[in-house]
Amino acid sequence: MKTEALYFAVRNTKLLVGAGIILVLLGIGVIGPFFIEKPPTEYVGMQMQPPGAEYWLGTNTFGQDLWAQFVHGLRTTFLVGALGGGIAAVIGMVVGFLAGYKGGWIDEILNMLTNIVLVLPTLAVLFILNAYIGVRSAGMQALFIGLTQWPWAARSIRAQTFSLRGRDFVDLARLSGVGSGRIIAREIAPNMSSYLLLTFILLFGGSILIASSLDFIGLGPTDAVSLGLMLQQAHQWSAMHLGLWWWFVPPGAGITLIVGALYVANVGLDEVFNPKLREL
Amino acid sequence: MTLEVDDLRVYYRTLKGDVQALDGVSFGLRDGEILGLAGESGCGKTTLGKALIRLDGRMKHVGGSVTLDGQVLPIGEDAKMNPYRFKQVSLIPQYSMSAMNPTRKIGRMVRELLESRREKLDLDELHQRLELVELPKDVLGKYPIELSGGMKQRMVMVISTLLNPSLLIADEITSALDVSTQKAVVTTLKGFRDRGFVKSMIFITHDISLTNQLADTIMVMYAGKLAEKAPASTVVNAPKHPYTQLLISSLPEVGVRYADKRLTGIPGNPPSLLKPEPGCRFRARCPLAFEKCAEDPPPVEVEKDHVVACWKAA
Amino acid sequence: MRRYFGRKLLIYGLTFFMAVTVNWLVPRLMPGDPVASMLARARVAQPEAQEALRVYYNNLFGFDLPWWQQYLNSWGSLFRGDFGISLWAFPTPVADLLTRAVPYSLALLVPSILLSWVVGNRLGALAARRKVLDNTVLPVSYVLTATPYLWLAALMAWGFGVVWGIFPVAGGYSFSMTPSFTWDFFVDLFWHWLLPFSSLFLVALGGWAIGMRNVIIYELESDYANYMSALGAPQKLIRRYAFRNAVLPQITGLALQLGVLVAGALVTEIVFSYPGLGSLILAAIQNKDFFLLQGAFLFIVLGVLIANFIIDVVYVIVDPRTRVGMVGAAA
Repeated sequence: MKTEALYFAVRNTKLLVGAGIILVLLGIGVIGPFFIEKPPTEYVGMQMQPPGAEYWLGTNTFGQDLWAQFVHGLRTTFLVGALGGGIAAVIGMVVGFLAGYKGGWIDEILNMLTNIVLVLPTLAVLFILNAYIGVRSAGMQALFIGLTQWPWAARSIRAQTFSLRGRDFVDLARLSGVGSGRIIAREIAPNMSSYLLLTFILLFGGSILIASSLDFIGLGPTDAVSLGLMLQQAHQWSAMHLGLWWWFVPPGAGITLIVGALYVANVGLDEVFNPKLREL
Repeated sequence: MTLEVDDLRVYYRTLKGDVQALDGVSFGLRDGEILGLAGESGCGKTTLGKALIRLDGRMKHVGGSVTLDGQVLPIGEDAKMNPYRFKQVSLIPQYSMSAMNPTRKIGRMVRELLESRREKLDLDELHQRLELVELPKDVLGKYPIELSGGMKQRMVMVISTLLNPSLLIADEITSALDVSTQKAVVTTLKGFRDRGFVKSMIFITHDISLTNQLADTIMVMYAGKLAEKAPASTVVNAPKHPYTQLLISSLPEVGVRYADKRLTGIPGNPPSLLKPEPGCRFRARCPLAFEKCAEDPPPVEVEKDHVVACWKAA
Repeated sequence: MRRYFGRKLLIYGLTFFMAVTVNWLVPRLMPGDPVASMLARARVAQPEAQEALRVYYNNLFGFDLPWWQQYLNSWGSLFRGDFGISLWAFPTPVADLLTRAVPYSLALLVPSILLSWVVGNRLGALAARRKVLDNTVLPVSYVLTATPYLWLAALMAWGFGVVWGIFPVAGGYSFSMTPSFTWDFFVDLFWHWLLPFSSLFLVALGGWAIGMRNVIIYELESDYANYMSALGAPQKLIRRYAFRNAVLPQITGLALQLGVLVAGALVTEIVFSYPGLGSLILAAIQNKDFFLLQGAFLFIVLGVLIANFIIDVVYVIVDPRTRVGMVGAAA
């Protein structure tokens, strides 16, 4: 099974292209900051310089180096996406596994909770929470995003768990007196591991998009630079009207590339794991 | 002769190569004849059934021909096959429970289906046939979800035979049913044949004892090839092919409790059909195998209407 | 069907109840005197209004009352439509600001949601039919759905507005105009509406096209499609059935996507300084006008719940199975 998945993985163009783009951008975000001596918010020199040899992405109206901001922004964006997606995936798994495996009133209550959080407009909840509580580190932002993003994941994991619950190997484990937690961890979760990975990837991408919206309405982290914050500042300081396209085009393109690559890689992975989707 | 199948070969395309699921099968079917098609899963019986009406996307027609009522069926070409489907060849699928569009009322679906084939719906005839299978007329105004499993199955049987096809293929339609329902289905199918709704029928199943109740002739397949074909009573009482013999002896006899006589399954597994070795495909599991079995045994008519593909039987 | 609606309404009721409760609780969780700190942080337009606001809000919050009475009072004022007075736009009541902004938001949201859904579904269905289309529609859709709403809005505003100067890039109508029922005004309104609408429409389009393509391919492989093919039914009929059935999960998808679409509209409005709820929320955040923010929150929640209910009704009309009463749409 493992080797078979690998066989298809290295032949799947979508997965390779998606993963390639993500790795390159992740590499820039992780390693890049070490090659930039000055902090990204420092005023380095000439204002409103178009992209050139010295400042690859130019400078903004304050004379800040936009390449430095972009590189640090990538890092924050990946961090928020991974953390937010991760938190949402964990909550979604706990809720989904419990509801799907336990059934009965636990399922009823969790299902109700899931549906309530599902219909709440996420961004509206986030701006109330963010505005009042006002702790605005990237980690805090990711936590809030994770807390509101999990419902659809919980719902699909519940459905999957529900169908696995009736299988022989689960019955066997239950009959031999294995506890629920162990059955979920040993029998159910491994059997849908590929599905969980796909869910996480989608949550990852979704979190990045939500974070960019939060950043843009002025509820982003105050202690970091992110791609969304670059867009917010570009808008706030009228980059568009001043013709400073290099201020708002690269960060948006960065977000689109990351999220798009995640989605495409996700489709590729789905084809790798799901024999029915493999093209002959 | 209604149906004439000659040296039919249908392969499955896979990444590792072609699986020779149906590898040169020939047989005929007379007017009014019901043929039971039996064998283990993977023996090619379902492939044969599909080949006669609609190949699925991964199957390809490699060789041989199918002639129905004197016309050669273009089985390899999906679009050209369309005019024959439903009118000449029809199918009762394995998945009767989900064969009807869930969001259309059944009557409307039937009407749209017929209109799409430029056939007029004869409502009286439809009502009579519903009555025959003990379905009330008002099922036509219902959605499939409102019908019980047994009702859905009977509805599909009525739809499939509505245009009086020459050949009806029933693909494992009883495997999910309990014994009394199986009997009812078998009786209904016989009734369809006796009333002339269908001229001939291929009843695909892995359950030989059930086949025996319905079929005039039984054909046993093994690993993509014909093993034995004979009148039903001959296959059950005097099989000649060692595989058929093992298959029959593994059946519980009527009145014998399972505890008294353990089912003797056939040890071993069917060979891979990816690149099968030449020679008899059963020889690895065959208790009677000898050197000659390294050559392919041709199907031989050992007595009238009794065809066996085995060196020992000839 | 009664059970289906009963369940839905219960969930919506609970959701609204939770939203109101959170809205009531959050300011009370802040340390110290919330009224004082809110007023201190806010940028109130007129300094002389400070004292009036303090009296007003102390009264509104009623901190001298037991908590349950405070809570009940907040429900009372909610039903009277009283959301307090805006700090930023003192002395305009929050409710007035919101009701003035809502038509603009709806004018962007409703057409872009409906049109993107209809067109996206058609595109997806076409993509599922032809390999050539699939290879073009699908990648474009993935790029669109990965694009942040605000970025496509910014790109369009920059390209069509600033560089080529075809469209105005700010406001709901020209500054020189006064709202009136004249032809000129409507043309002006439409001209300002077109770009924000288009950017919302385009981003949403991608998701629907991808969804429809995937569902319809699944439907075309379903048992009923196979059965009909085996009976020689023409592809046209099978595709019609498949499309019809694939629309159902897409309707459910519409309900699930509402939150994202609303969020998209809010940031798009901000990019175009479009006078809807989004711009109001930005002003509220920038000026720390928490009452305005809370009012906007409740408006949005209520709007999304109503939209959800409308979608439920539509679903029951479209899916016969819910009427028959055997199953409900995925809740």
